[in-house]
Amino acid sequence: MAQIKTTGMYKSFPRSGSDTKTSHYCAGCGHGIVHKLIAEALFDLELQDETIIFNPVGCSVFGYYYLDAGHISAAHGRSPSAATGIARTLKDRTIICYQGDGDLGAIGLNSTLQAANRGEHIAVIFINNATYGMTGGQMAPTTLAGMKTRTTPFGRDPLTDGYPLHVCEMINELKAPVYIERVSVADTRRIMKARKAVRKALKIQKENRGYAFVEIIAPCPIGLKSTPLETARFCMEEMEAEFPLVCLRDNSADQPLLPTPKKIVSVKDFFENSGTDLGISTAVPDESFKELRMKFSGYGGQGVLSLGLWLAEAARIDRRFTTWFPSYGPEQRGGAASCAVVVSGRTVGSPDADHPDLLVAMNQVAYERFIGDVLPGGFAFVDLTVPINVEPRAGVRLISVPALKLAEEFGITQSANTVILAAISAFGVSNLSRESLLSSLDAGFRKKPELAIKNKKLFVKAETWIKDQWKSSEVRECESAEIAASEDTAHGTGRGIC
Amino acid sequence: MIKFLKGNDAIVLGALYAGSDVYFGYPITPASEIAHAAAEWYPQVGKTFLQAQCETAAISMLYGAACTGKPAITATSGPGMSLMQEGLSYMAAAELPGVIVNIMRSGPGLGNIFPEQSDYNQAVKGGGHGNYKCLVLAPGGVQEMCDLTIKAFELSFKYRTPAIILADGLLGQMMESITIPDEVCTIPDTSDWAVQGTAETRGNLITSIYMNAEVQEKRNLELKAKYKTMKKDSLCECYCCDDADLILAAYGISSRIARSAVDLLRAEGIKVGLFRPITLSPFPVEKLCEVTLDRKVLVVEHSDSQFCDDIRIHISKEGKRYQELSIIFHMGGVIITVDELIQKVKSELGC
Repeated sequence: MAQIKTTGMYKSFPRSGSDTKTSHYCAGCGHGIVHKLIAEALFDLELQDETIIFNPVGCSVFGYYYLDAGHISAAHGRSPSAATGIARTLKDRTIICYQGDGDLGAIGLNSTLQAANRGEHIAVIFINNATYGMTGGQMAPTTLAGMKTRTTPFGRDPLTDGYPLHVCEMINELKAPVYIERVSVADTRRIMKARKAVRKALKIQKENRGYAFVEIIAPCPIGLKSTPLETARFCMEEMEAEFPLVCLRDNSADQPLLPTPKKIVSVKDFFENSGTDLGISTAVPDESFKELRMKFSGYGGQGVLSLGLWLAEAARIDRRFTTWFPSYGPEQRGGAASCAVVVSGRTVGSPDADHPDLLVAMNQVAYERFIGDVLPGGFAFVDLTVPINVEPRAGVRLISVPALKLAEEFGITQSANTVILAAISAFGVSNLSRESLLSSLDAGFRKKPELAIKNKKLFVKAETWIKDQWKSSEVRECESAEIAASEDTAHGTGRGIC
Repeated sequence: MIKFLKGNDAIVLGALYAGSDVYFGYPITPASEIAHAAAEWYPQVGKTFLQAQCETAAISMLYGAACTGKPAITATSGPGMSLMQEGLSYMAAAELPGVIVNIMRSGPGLGNIFPEQSDYNQAVKGGGHGNYKCLVLAPGGVQEMCDLTIKAFELSFKYRTPAIILADGLLGQMMESITIPDEVCTIPDTSDWAVQGTAETRGNLITSIYMNAEVQEKRNLELKAKYKTMKKDSLCECYCCDDADLILAAYGISSRIARSAVDLLRAEGIKVGLFRPITLSPFPVEKLCEVTLDRKVLVVEHSDSQFCDDIRIHISKEGKRYQELSIIFHMGGVIITVDELIQKVKSELGC
């Protein structure tokens, strides 16, 4: 029989200023044995320099006094997540999560299962002693049915407290783990099997094979208010009846799955040469430029957010200061979409447009919601299909455009927004140059150049059409009284002609 | 180079230019675009993105990465930020760097996804258990979403304490032009304290357990002393304050609305200025006291007097005085309009 060597541990354990060579664990406790198994394996596998050990909350919180490696204390139950943080940051390290039953199976069960499911490259050493030793012997998730603890003074009743939790078996339901075994340190023969399991889990780390889970049934005589010998018997008989010692999985001989190497560029190259920028310069202050606040609204899919973006892009090409702010979240996905665009000759303050100078409303709901906010002197562009049943404020110019229809006739039904952009250009109401408005489509369709060409053609055609249709008549000042009376003629200038 | 970006995207760009190696996060509106951009960009530049199973896990992953002395970032909003308080307390206690972005939404509880500034106290007063402070930076626009993320990493490593970017749904969702940084920052050597799984760092230990009351108090006092030294890195902007009869005090999105009000009121000949703290912790107390001395102050915030009360405390602790202090606020995702603010200023000034 092999003999466990005292290697991989510090020469003395200087707790509380003393230089003691004994541990702080109680007589008959399993922690000291498991510490020794880990220490010896780390030494024999030459892993100490690359090892990081997570110390749990519980009696073994002071594992760092004993094991000669790098150490971290984790919050209760969080070790597998924190270990993930390291495994994903540093490659080729050996990371050990040393956890008790409360830490691993109660407060940290999700952390445990998720790390196992991702197949994190960590070795989890799970000390199952069926009780909360440090906090005074309360119920653990692995406390046996009928067992009396401080919080189950009449015995654990599965009907109210649930059944003992079989974590190995739960983990065995997952695809990623490489190695899962339950062992015990209740007697010498068992300790020797536990020794092999710990070494295997660490070897798997050394060889970068993936996730290893070793559950160790360990005695806690104080927590169980018993003697060391009686507790060892309890572990071997009662605990093993509930938690059989078994190797559930050992894929450590299999070829590990390796990720496919991907092409990598530098951060600078990625952002500077990603080919999505039009080479736009910084905005130029211009106090004479009248700040313009615009609101674009309609259904999701009508392109109102894009339309806003094009206006913002045109403003950038004209070297104006600009902001774009969309409605977001479920509101947007549920149907209604809107965005606010501000164009200014100086740094923009509020990016909102609660009182816009220009409103685009592509449906009735949007029209009714926002038309009252448009400032006198402002413009409202609405699709011809929108019934004008709410009055704008006096002095607001309301322009109906058959945007949906024109886009459909041109064969790109999604491009009603391009028609509105053309209308904004035709009426010259954005204080932005026609060239920039047109160029904004290049930016808008930078990933689909063929659509940019189509939409620019539609822009030109729609702009000409709108100018022709409105050439003879002035833009109508929509005074409130006129609206009801002119239901037929209000938008008649353009209606139905094309 | 100029780019037109969403505030949330600018955070990720800033993080990469700061030299960040890893992103851990769990999606939540209105912060999800940060995770989206990180998922798309980090792997392409050889960095790591991982979607955590919850915010508790995300902050724990951040804690783990921070233990190795590597620059890591996560982002969330209200409910997620509440879950992260445990990890923040542990990070502050163990003196670990890391950046946590909170794109504030309305609360309490599930609330809604619209902008609010109601996590102010949670961010600047610690937020989790125990005596600690985080660095808190409050961007006022998309450029600062990028620049302050870089600054957050710099200060977080300088002081070895977590840094929070405290923004809101509006700043996260809006787009503006930004000038992208020229160079990628280098992260300082951390091997003297970090646990990196190397021979050099084998003896290092990261913990926050002190079983002895006197030792724990000594530790608390050390942290307190450290937080005091952070004062010299406080930042603020004073806009049109020199001759102002009334000072608007606002940060984040509120400061943008206040800025519009200042411009419009000045055009009418009404002398109003804006005091905008850029770091909320450390707070630019000296400048605050200077611009508010014997002046009327109107606090503009999207929370229930959390920022306003803090301003009172800061001025009072310095033994300074203002002429009058009043507040305009909205909650629940209702945004203060520029008009509303202008009317309030006029009524405060009696004009």
